[in-house]
Amino acid sequence: MNWILLLEQVLNGVQLGVLLFLLAAGLTLVFGIMDLVNLAHGSLYMVGAYFAATFTSWTGSFVLAIFLAVPATLLVGVVVEVICLRTLYQRNHLDQVLATFGLILFFNEAVRLVWGPAGLDVPLPDFLNSNFEILPGVPYPTYRVMIIATGIAVALGLYFLVAKTRIGMLIRAGATNREMVGALGVDIKLLYTLIFGLGAALAGLAGVMAGPIFTVETGMGEGILILAFVVIVIGGIGSVRGAFVAALIVGLIDTVGRSFLPDILGLVLSNQYADTAAPALSSMLIYLLMATILAFRPAGLFPPSNG
Amino acid sequence: MKRKVIGLVSALALMAAPAVAADKVKIGFVTTLTTGAGVFGKGMKQAVELAVEELGGKMGGVEVEVIFEDDGFKPEIGKQKAEKLVKKDKVNFLAGFIWSHVLLASYKTAVQNDVFLISSNAGPAPLAGKLCNPNFFSTSWQNDQTPMAMGEVLNQKGIKRLYIMAPNYAAGKNMVTGVERTYKGEIVGKDMTKFPAQLDFSAELAKARAAKPDAVFVFYPGKHGAQFFNQYSQAGLKDNIPLYSVFTVDAVTVNLLKDLAVGSLATMFWAPDLDVPANKKFVAAYRAKYGEYPTFYAAQSYDTVMLINSAVTAVNGDLSNRDGMRDAMRKANFDSVRGPFKYGNNHFPIQNFYLREAVKDADGNYTTSIRSVVLENHQDTYAKDCKMSW
Amino acid sequence: MARLRIVLLIGLLASLALVPPIATWLDEPFYIVLFSRMLILAIGAIGLNLVMGYGGMVSFGHAAFVGIGAYMVGIGSFHSIEDGIDWMASGFFQLPAAIFVSAFFALIIGAISLRTKGVYFIMITLAFSQMLYFVAVGVEIYGADDGLSLYGRSEFAGLLDLNSDSAMYYVNFVTLGICLYAVHRIINSRFGLAIQGARSNERRMQAIGFPTFPYRLAGFVISGVICGIAGFLLANQTDFVSPDMMHWTRSGDLIIMVVLGGMGTLFGPLVGAVAFLLVEEILSSITISWQLYFGPLLILVVLFARGGIDGLLRPRQRADG
Repeated sequence: MNWILLLEQVLNGVQLGVLLFLLAAGLTLVFGIMDLVNLAHGSLYMVGAYFAATFTSWTGSFVLAIFLAVPATLLVGVVVEVICLRTLYQRNHLDQVLATFGLILFFNEAVRLVWGPAGLDVPLPDFLNSNFEILPGVPYPTYRVMIIATGIAVALGLYFLVAKTRIGMLIRAGATNREMVGALGVDIKLLYTLIFGLGAALAGLAGVMAGPIFTVETGMGEGILILAFVVIVIGGIGSVRGAFVAALIVGLIDTVGRSFLPDILGLVLSNQYADTAAPALSSMLIYLLMATILAFRPAGLFPPSNG
Repeated sequence: MKRKVIGLVSALALMAAPAVAADKVKIGFVTTLTTGAGVFGKGMKQAVELAVEELGGKMGGVEVEVIFEDDGFKPEIGKQKAEKLVKKDKVNFLAGFIWSHVLLASYKTAVQNDVFLISSNAGPAPLAGKLCNPNFFSTSWQNDQTPMAMGEVLNQKGIKRLYIMAPNYAAGKNMVTGVERTYKGEIVGKDMTKFPAQLDFSAELAKARAAKPDAVFVFYPGKHGAQFFNQYSQAGLKDNIPLYSVFTVDAVTVNLLKDLAVGSLATMFWAPDLDVPANKKFVAAYRAKYGEYPTFYAAQSYDTVMLINSAVTAVNGDLSNRDGMRDAMRKANFDSVRGPFKYGNNHFPIQNFYLREAVKDADGNYTTSIRSVVLENHQDTYAKDCKMSW
Repeated sequence: MARLRIVLLIGLLASLALVPPIATWLDEPFYIVLFSRMLILAIGAIGLNLVMGYGGMVSFGHAAFVGIGAYMVGIGSFHSIEDGIDWMASGFFQLPAAIFVSAFFALIIGAISLRTKGVYFIMITLAFSQMLYFVAVGVEIYGADDGLSLYGRSEFAGLLDLNSDSAMYYVNFVTLGICLYAVHRIINSRFGLAIQGARSNERRMQAIGFPTFPYRLAGFVISGVICGIAGFLLANQTDFVSPDMMHWTRSGDLIIMVVLGGMGTLFGPLVGAVAFLLVEEILSSITISWQLYFGPLLILVVLFARGGIDGLLRPRQRADG
């Protein structure tokens, strides 16, 4: 076993996990508190990435673009909430699925019409587009370190927001008993719009962070949306803490599995067979993980009551 | 509630409206126009439209009509569109097809209904071998050929230790088989990544670095390529381990990557600066009309139209003379953008493969340029499994 | 209103029955193929509706069973030609294989998944279908992600020839009728009432002595089998099988069809499948940007037609619950 490689893969796993967390946090809040299944969350992620690309080319600075793209995505989220999703809170989950699926189609095509089909690239400034040695002789991309740092900062910020502030108190109360919060004279409508906006901003941030690594293209939100759902289900719906833990687990399992599975399988199977089995198995690893966890803990690792 | 019934009836009427005219050359062109892959389809569509325009909208004195359909990157949709083109629009030629699985799904619809099927991109092994058919032609290449050329390049460059990465789908596996067939050094590692869902190559790149290869060979078509190059450079590998690729740096990605791509080497049957009169004319006209360099997808699509034109012209527009058209196409008697070539017994081109490098041209545009000929008049290895001879 | 709905549904069935002669008369054989595909996906949606609409178990993995059914045809056809095993080309082998293998997988997947509820159930069924999807992508002998082209459609010893478009259409149509009738019988039986009872109040059902788990599991298996049959037909219809048939987006399409047509109603899935595919076909033939209009259309259906299209045709009532 190559320990340096393992360390590097763990970092990669954490970085993927952190990115998933940014997306999953908003999803789990909206789902847990407002009881809204929002498939269009991935579209907000995509919109965030496109904004990042546009603002980077306008301002010439990726850092500046972050601070423009996140509020812009928040704004898009709030508009969508007010126009379309607000009326869906009282409806059953499947109506919400159908409507937000409609939103996905709309956003994918709208983005293609506005920004063209070719996709965009988000260039990084030189100080981020480099790497430094985490250990002597082991370079690691600076930008990925920045993603990890941002993700952890957001996680801490969310923890502070949920645990220590008045809004957080309402969020926690809303997750446990929605009617009661309304009865106590809290403007539920406003609270929901705020939470949805927060979720949209987090999705936008995830998109912005993903832009320079992945190509910005229409439909980029769907694959990662499924992963985000896997994360919130493993973590327990409504639990931000659960989402964080689950995101890291998913990120690590996926990355470490992808890198070491072929060697491990090679020990038990013939080489040629391991060559074909390993990619298939590593692709399904996180689904295997989710099925196993749910089979034994049917409400995820951190069920809402103690979230 | 009657509206629904009325809607249904009028929908049927709407779809039934266009009458079938026998006095036209009808070409059905299936490609991907939506989804993230729509950018390839766009280039193909533009090239087809340019070619038809250059022909004055006529082939052998008969008016040409091209019907474009979108396969949505899904074999089942592509198959349904092929059915529509063959059975409803009654096309004489079914062409296009970026993806192997869409082509394989649609293949039967065309050849069983005696419609010529012309692949403008996909070249899966079965169609070159066992499933070869008198009604099927390719204006591209068989999947294995381009990486076989790359294997030769790697030998010439003296690469002793090679690391391979490609997406885990049929074309990806073909590319790996191809390069393994000609490359003589040691393969120190191989990663088949999830397709098309895989977003992040960090794990594989870390492995590649740890394996200390002399070079890395990849196949990541389209935007996956841009993604891969970005991450390769961010991981600090660009300056340390040379990267060789096939179908990864094209006219689309090179504009996304800009300086990141410059200097990277790939093999291909064609490049925008290939010194052939037909190609010069095509590239100049394409750039003048659309303001960008054509992709190889576009070049192949242009050739598709020209191949069809050679067939229709040879029979003077008599579309019922199918044997005449087939004989004409077998001669490949048209000014191809790749220069003169011959068809093998399986109707795949026997052609040259070049080494090309991504460069910045005199006007600051990014493109690719030919460096040397790697394989001359190369035929794919599956031709011998094809029972057809003529 | 209620009578109008019945008239309309009979009208829909009658017009579907007349598609081949009308299409032949118009000299537009393509419509037979187009509507054939609608019927097959409607059968899949009917299967899903049994668990989702009546049983309250929202499965996000039913495309896996469609895929399994389809692969039985593909694998049979493959071995009959490549290895000369003639009986594998026979529908008398392929159809039972499609039924039993999909029942087997539904039994395993259901037994594990039914431990969970709500969204967790949605996601665990998704997990299993994704695993099957990646297995199909990985099996190189059967074409991996390129899939398999059928050498020939299922053979029924000369009793039935699936090679003509019209024959294929009527096979689909009759199968659809059988499935509708079967679901109708099931939901009105003691068994069906138990499943529906378990949806609205599982604890009460258990209290009055119904072991809900085996009932729900049996419902899940039957539903999986119906989808397996749809897969068998789909493979024959398209002459092709590929992992794409099992992808999660296809499971999503089935859910959308059921919700669009009207969940928990007998004809809802049929109406939903026809409406979904017809609108998609018409819009995409008009504009390449059809999704730009199709998306908001779905939202409007949700906002204004409670209980899907079928809900539009019913007397006003609370569609929730």
